[in-house]
Order: sequence, then C-alpha cells, then structure tokens
Amino acid sequence: MADVTTMAALWWAVIFSGLYHGLNPGMGWPLAVSAALMERKNSAMPKALAMLAAGHFLAMVGILLPFSLMIVLVEWEVQIRMAAGLMVIAMGVYLLINRRHPRFLARVHPARLALWSFLAAMAHGAGLMLAPIFLGICAIGEKEVGHQAAQSLMGSNVTTAFVVAAVHTLSMTIAGGLIALIIYLWLGLRFLSKTWFNLDLVWALSLIAVGAFGTYSALAGH
Amino acid sequence: MNLRPDPTFHASPKLAMQAPVENYAFTVMLSPDGSQSDGIAVIDLKAGSDTYGQIVHQVIVPNKGDEFHHFGWNACSSSLSPLTGHAFLERRYLIVPGIRSSRIYVIDVKEPLKAKIHKTIEPEELFAKTGYSRPHTIHCGPEGIYVSCLGGGGEDGTDGPPGIFIMDCETFEIIGQYEMDRGKQDKHYDFWWNLPQDYMVSSEWGLPPQFENGVVPEDLLSNKYGHSIHFWDLRARKNIQTMDFGENYQMALEIRPAHDPTKSYGFCGVVVDTTNLQGAIFTWWRDDDGKWQSKKTITIDPRPEKPENLPPLLQGFEAVPPLVTDIDLSLDDKYLYVACWGLGEMHQYDVSDPMNPVLAGKVELGGIARGTKHSNGRDFAYGPQMVEISRDGKRVYWTNSLYSTWDDQFYPDDEGGQMVMADVGENGGLTLNKDFYVDFPKGLRSHQIRLEGGDCSTDSFCYPSV
Repeated sequence: MADVTTMAALWWAVIFSGLYHGLNPGMGWPLAVSAALMERKNSAMPKALAMLAAGHFLAMVGILLPFSLMIVLVEWEVQIRMAAGLMVIAMGVYLLINRRHPRFLARVHPARLALWSFLAAMAHGAGLMLAPIFLGICAIGEKEVGHQAAQSLMGSNVTTAFVVAAVHTLSMTIAGGLIALIIYLWLGLRFLSKTWFNLDLVWALSLIAVGAFGTYSALAGH
Repeated sequence: MNLRPDPTFHASPKLAMQAPVENYAFTVMLSPDGSQSDGIAVIDLKAGSDTYGQIVHQVIVPNKGDEFHHFGWNACSSSLSPLTGHAFLERRYLIVPGIRSSRIYVIDVKEPLKAKIHKTIEPEELFAKTGYSRPHTIHCGPEGIYVSCLGGGGEDGTDGPPGIFIMDCETFEIIGQYEMDRGKQDKHYDFWWNLPQDYMVSSEWGLPPQFENGVVPEDLLSNKYGHSIHFWDLRARKNIQTMDFGENYQMALEIRPAHDPTKSYGFCGVVVDTTNLQGAIFTWWRDDDGKWQSKKTITIDPRPEKPENLPPLLQGFEAVPPLVTDIDLSLDDKYLYVACWGLGEMHQYDVSDPMNPVLAGKVELGGIARGTKHSNGRDFAYGPQMVEISRDGKRVYWTNSLYSTWDDQFYPDDEGGQMVMADVGENGGLTLNKDFYVDFPKGLRSHQIRLEGGDCSTDSFCYPSV
C-alpha cells in the first residue's frame, strides 16, 4: 500500500514538474506568442508549441534513457540512485553559483525552436530534475514485478522513461500553451513582461531539493 | 539582476509608445580640441520642473581627448526574448566609447542625478582582444553588447578591416570579434537588426585617415568613402549580401530598420551624392526570393550660394550641400526624421509607404551661409545633427555638432554646443519649442542624445505591434 501511495506521488511529481517547467517563460512559451503574432495566423502557435515540446521531450529522454539502462544493474541500484541524486544537487549548486545564462543559446536561429528548447532544457538541467523521480518509479516497479530477467526489466524501464518524459512534456505544454493562449487571445503583450518572474534561484533550489529527495529515498530504500 | 523584467523593457514598439514619457536626456559633451575632459550631460525633461531644459548633472571623465560620439544602453527591450536569457538585466548602464582614444566608459545612470563611472576599459585591452579601434555604435542584442568600430588595428587603424566586437552585458568584459565571415566588408559605421528575422545591416563611413583630421576632399571627389551596406545572418555572424548603392553615393551612414519585427525593410541615409551634391535616403527591403533590394526614395537638393559666403572647402561648388548626417525613425514606423546638417534643416517625412516618402514637416535652424536663429531668438551653431525621438513620437530632440574636425571645415566661424526640441503635430508637422534650448558649457560641443528608458534609435523589439 505504501508503494502505491509513493508511486502515485511520484507520478504527480512528474506532472507538477511539467507544469512548473511550462509556466517558466525561460522554457519558451513567449516564443509561441511571438510566432503567432509574427506569422499573423493562429495556427503558428500550436506549431511553435509542438516544436518546443519536441525539443523538451528529446532532452528528457536524452537524460532518462541512460539511467533506465543503468538500473538493470540491480545490485548497484542504491548507488546509482544516490549518484543521480548527487548529480542533480551538483547541477543545482552550479546554477546557484553561476547565475549567468549560456551564451550559445543566443546563437540558435529564432525559428529553430525545437533545437533551442532541447538546448535550453539541457543547459538548465530540466531533465536532471526528473531523474530522481524517474528512478524512484523504476525502483518500485521492480519490486512489484519481482525478479525478472534483466532483459525485460530494461525494456520496461525504457518504456517508463518514455512515458515519464511524455507525461512531463505534455503537462509542460499544457501549462505553457495555456498561458501563451491567454496572453495571445485576451490579455495582450503587456502581460508578457508582467507575468515574467525571475525563477533562476527557485529553479536551482528545486534541483537541489529533488536531488536531496532522490538521495534520501535511495538510502531509505523506497 | 531583478526579480521582474525592467519596466522599461517593452514587448512591442506599440507598448513602448504607450509607456510613461522620458524624464531625462543623456547627451554627449565633447571637447573638440581635447583641452577639456569629455562628459555626459544629464538634462531635465520633466514638464513643469523648475530645472526643465537644464543640465542638472554632469559625469566628467578623468581623461582628455576621448572624443565622445555615439553611445548606448547595456540592455533594452531585446532582453524580453526568452532565447537570450537576459530578461532580468537592468537598463542601467550607458556604454560610452571615445572614438579618438578607443577608451570605453561604462556609466551607471540608475540614479540620473548621481550618475557615475562604473568601469573603464582601456584602449590597450580593446586593441588586444578585438584587433579593432575607434569604437562607435552600441546595440544590446542576443549575445550581449555589440560595438561597431570604425578602425582596424595599428596606429592609424588601417591594419586589417574594422568591424564589430561583442561585450558581456553583465561584466562588460570584451569577448572578441563578432564576424565569422565578413565578405566584402572593409569599412564600418552603423549597424542594426531585426532580431526575430535574424538579420543585421551594417554601413560604411571611411577609414580613420579619411575622417580623423577632417574630410579629405580628394577622397570624397574620387568616391573613396563608403557607399555599400552589408546584410548579415545575425546569429551565424556571416555577411550574406553586400549592396553597393553606386560609388557616387558617398558615406552611407545611418541604418534604421522598421521597428515592428514583422516588417523587412528599413532606411539608410547617404551624406552626399558627388555627381550633384544631393543628399539621399535609400529604402532597402527583402524581396519574395529573400534577396535584399534598395531604391533611392528621397533626394534633397543643394542650395546655390555665392562663393564668398561659403567655407573654403565648398567655394568651388558654389552651393551648400544638404549633408544628410543623421536619420531617425519613430517607433510607429511612420515618420522618418532627416538632419540636413549643411542646409540647416530638419525634415520630417511620412514613410507610412516606405517606397514613397512624403515631406510632412520641416524646421530651419542654423545652416551654412544661412545661420537661421531659433524661434526664441537664440543662435544655433552649425546645423541640426544627431536627432532623437521620444518613444511616444511627440517630441524630437537634436544637437548640432557632427564631428570636431568636420565642424571646423564646414563651419569655420561657428562654435558651441546646443540641444533643441521640436513638437510634432497631430497630423505631422514640426515646430521648434521655444522653451527648450540647452546651451552647453563653454568649449564643449554636443552630439548623441539618449533618453531615459529608451528611445527610437536604441530599443530592438522581439514581438510585433498588434
């Protein structure tokens, strides 16, 4: 029963992290507003959101897949989960100290939204933020299915990685898309700068919190 | 770093026009002979203030001989693009280069009345890190602060082509050259861009030996000043097309793209057509095939004048050339202001149809062999030169000096620095405002103006006006 509750909480964490990333203008929703306005047609907005989502999804999968392959080393599970947690903490600490934005992001052509979204998610450790949650889901999954062959365990973890990335990206796109739509249709551009908050500090602290949770739950054996 | 975007950052030009009006102007004060230090004058623009139209603070630099000319902000509305991650910068610092010394001052104007020097970049550092000299135009953009330079390396700035370098927008460290493929570009002056469409346009004045000691008449008459503009892939840092207006169009200077980023056109002012002494404005645009095109859309005729009334430089021509030395476009892309520094006129063109500009207003002030007085009865040295428009488009400010050595050639009997303002009518038209007249301290001339919170030649917008 405890596992079921934890599992539900972890999936909610996947969804909430998606909403959180989506609301952050730094993950790109203003670009969807801009695209619709620049091209003077409504259809440009879903297209831009889709490109941003594609880039974000790839960045999530890119981080989660290696972990899903590693977790087959069942006897090292605790160590892997701890290492993952520490990595996320390290990324958070790095972003906390280095508050500057990577300049290479500014060199991406403004129309290459998928590429930009991928690089932005990578540079800000958006995928890493999901890793401890994902590993937690995998760990519970293992317990439930018992001792399977490594092959099928890996297969189910890979599937989980894709599902986690998809659910996260979907909730991100819904949140970002909603705010973009509201600004585009009703509030107007004036609210673009009004709704923009500096989340740099909160973001870095979120990474540290998620990393700490990952390390703790690995040790506690959840 | 702020928690919210700077309130002076606006998503679109339209929002910038609706924002509160300017309270202060920052204007360059320069010592033409280097006998005094240059500085930035802070001028009160608050209507009804006791010190309206007065210099209320001065930032005087410790060195002499810098020769201030153009300058710009560390951050502008371009920061509202999520692509660059600069949303929380403050519009707080003015980047002020000396075009004679190649020294750059970063001035903190957070509190305009207590503005002070924040950082100084010595010329040696600029030379070593960029290979360029004589820094000039400043724009803040995707990769930080972009600075165009008029000179290359070496003592006289002719060792290698001049170009643009990039500076970090937080630490003000020089990062290095911008160009990865400059193509035919071998001279430099102004540049500007359209950020969402990812293009940049740059222009040409001449190399340092062609301007530092005054205009070189032989070079001008043999068409050796710049007459091309260059189109760049902004983020790839690559020259994609060089457009030659024709060698008689000498000194293609100011580049003014439409502010609305959905538009793919802009203007460039040409100082003088050597075949007939006309001043000219070209409209440039991108055609359906993606090629850049241009067409001369405004010409301004010279005025015949008796040789004895003219400076020695112009006596052989028996005419006063208009000398289009600055242009500026209002934020709604409706009015283009054209400074005719030789004639002593400020023109206002309605460019709602950019291919067919219509003269909508005009002010006569100063001028070679004319010296029209201000409507308040006061003198105006030289002619209308650097022009800046308020964000709402209702007030047009300008100063009078072009460049120390050139002032002396075209106006050998004039001296002084002035800044004036004209009101824009409801349906166009331009009228000098009698109450606004700034006389600069003795021995100092004036050049570029920047308005607190941004103006019509600084901010780049990432979202269209709708």
